[in-house]
Amino acid sequence: MSGVALSIRNLHKSFGGVCATDDVSLDIAGGELHALIGPNGAGKTTLISQLSGLLPADRGTVIFNGRDITRLPAHEIALAGLARSFQITSIFADMSVLDNVAMAVQAQDGHSYRFWQPARKDKRLRQPAMEFLQRVGLADRASSLASAVSHGERRQLEIAMALATTPQMLLLDEPMAGMGPEESGRMIEIMQSLRGEKTILLVEHDMDAVFALADRITVLVYGRVIASGSPAEIRANADVRRAYLGEETDPC
Amino acid sequence: MTTDPITENPGAPKSFNRFAIVLLVTLALLPPALFYSGNPFWLDVFTRLVILALAAVSLNLVLGYGGLVSFGHAAYLGLGAYAVGVPVYHATYGGFESIASYNGWVHLGLAIGVSALFALITGAICLRTRGVNFIMITMAFGQMVFYAIVSIETYGGDDGLTIDVRSEFPGISLDNPLTLYALCYLSLVAVLYLVHRITGSRFGMVLRGARANEQRMRAIGIDCYRYRLVAFVISGALCGYAGFLLGNFTTFISPEMMDWTRSGELMFIVILGGAAYLYGPIVGAIVFIILEEVLSGYTVYWHLPFGLLLIFSVLFLRGGLSGAMDKLTGRSQ
Repeated sequence: MSGVALSIRNLHKSFGGVCATDDVSLDIAGGELHALIGPNGAGKTTLISQLSGLLPADRGTVIFNGRDITRLPAHEIALAGLARSFQITSIFADMSVLDNVAMAVQAQDGHSYRFWQPARKDKRLRQPAMEFLQRVGLADRASSLASAVSHGERRQLEIAMALATTPQMLLLDEPMAGMGPEESGRMIEIMQSLRGEKTILLVEHDMDAVFALADRITVLVYGRVIASGSPAEIRANADVRRAYLGEETDPC
Repeated sequence: MTTDPITENPGAPKSFNRFAIVLLVTLALLPPALFYSGNPFWLDVFTRLVILALAAVSLNLVLGYGGLVSFGHAAYLGLGAYAVGVPVYHATYGGFESIASYNGWVHLGLAIGVSALFALITGAICLRTRGVNFIMITMAFGQMVFYAIVSIETYGGDDGLTIDVRSEFPGISLDNPLTLYALCYLSLVAVLYLVHRITGSRFGMVLRGARANEQRMRAIGIDCYRYRLVAFVISGALCGYAGFLLGNFTTFISPEMMDWTRSGELMFIVILGGAAYLYGPIVGAIVFIILEEVLSGYTVYWHLPFGLLLIFSVLFLRGGLSGAMDKLTGRSQ
């Protein structure tokens, strides 16, 4: 993959008087693992939600693979190849782990107006779903109820569901939030394995993980991009240090 | 016993199914036995029970599996019954040549067709809302049909209309109470199997997913609206079919059949019986009929214990009576 996969131009979103996204412009190259960092309330999740169509942007454009997706409904963006995971785990709690992934496979397969054959015996759904579970290391939990597996495993399940829609690009919203070191380690391995194969926009608070994984990093503060560059550039950036040390920046 | 992780469904109730089969066998054998032993009254009670159960099973498709609390399903029962009464009325007294008929197939087609169409039109609007708004707007559409029928003097308005002749089918006569019961019972079994297949299919998985987590469904690329609408239409058509049977059973139609309190009773049956269970509405209908027969003998305020029972069930019995039974039988094994 090469060229620009996702291009954000002058994106703007405000809630009342609060600017959650303030004139954000950003290019993410195909195959790149791009990390988005920033203090709490910087508007990272808001940005992800606009990219995935769950939240309408006020102004600006989002171009994905040369196609304007700014005003597309969420399900069409997902089908266009842009998948997301959620900061607060979002799964089908009363179904099995495998059911969860099979649902995503089915969404991609596109034949949901079938009323007779049992979906749980449909090899075209269950087989690929099992492979995605293997990929994130959850195969042994396939038949567990999704609400019964550990927090870390549910985060892995989210990744498997995102992968099952066979996206070109993943939007991962704090996949390691609330994880212990061992679980984070496994998640880092999963992301390493996806590197180069999928373009990834990663929102993450775990700086060790971010600096270990990211090709490029963008720093968001009060909805505004204050820096964007390689990990080394970001580490050396004075504005970034100031933001993380908690000095006041002007709100919009 | 080994299970195949690929096809296993840990969320499905397992121990309950045996009980459900006992239930269905009892419903097949007991009413005819009562009839032949000189208690024809009980056959009537069971016929009504089976028709109510059928309507509740159709409501359960949207309420239990789809999480869509429709408060207007009595309208479909009414439409189905009027689809028998109106053509018969015109066939007897003239007028409205295009639908005037005693032919059962005409009645059946009208019942299902009109119900499906009504579900399509109202569903397209209702399904744009959620939660309490959805409950209120489905009820409003139900009441709309109620008042429309009340205002039509030709069909008796408030007082309703006696159906002089039952739907005529070649070879069978619905005037025979046993034949009618057999038709209702077989219809219930067929609709149960249909709902079982639908809810287990790809379509059914989408319906369940939409109930569990709509945001997630959108994020994997599925727009829930259209699937919900299709489910709503199927449910409405099946409930209209139940109305067709009801019209042939009572041989009397009145707007009272589609009053909002009737919709409430259907919801009561589904929720008390256990909305997550295929057979839940049957359990609910049995309890409903028993309570109605027993309590209405003691007091005219026989709805009061219903309310108390429903509150108890919602507060303490997750999954209704079926859920409670499932837990009990599951523990004892």
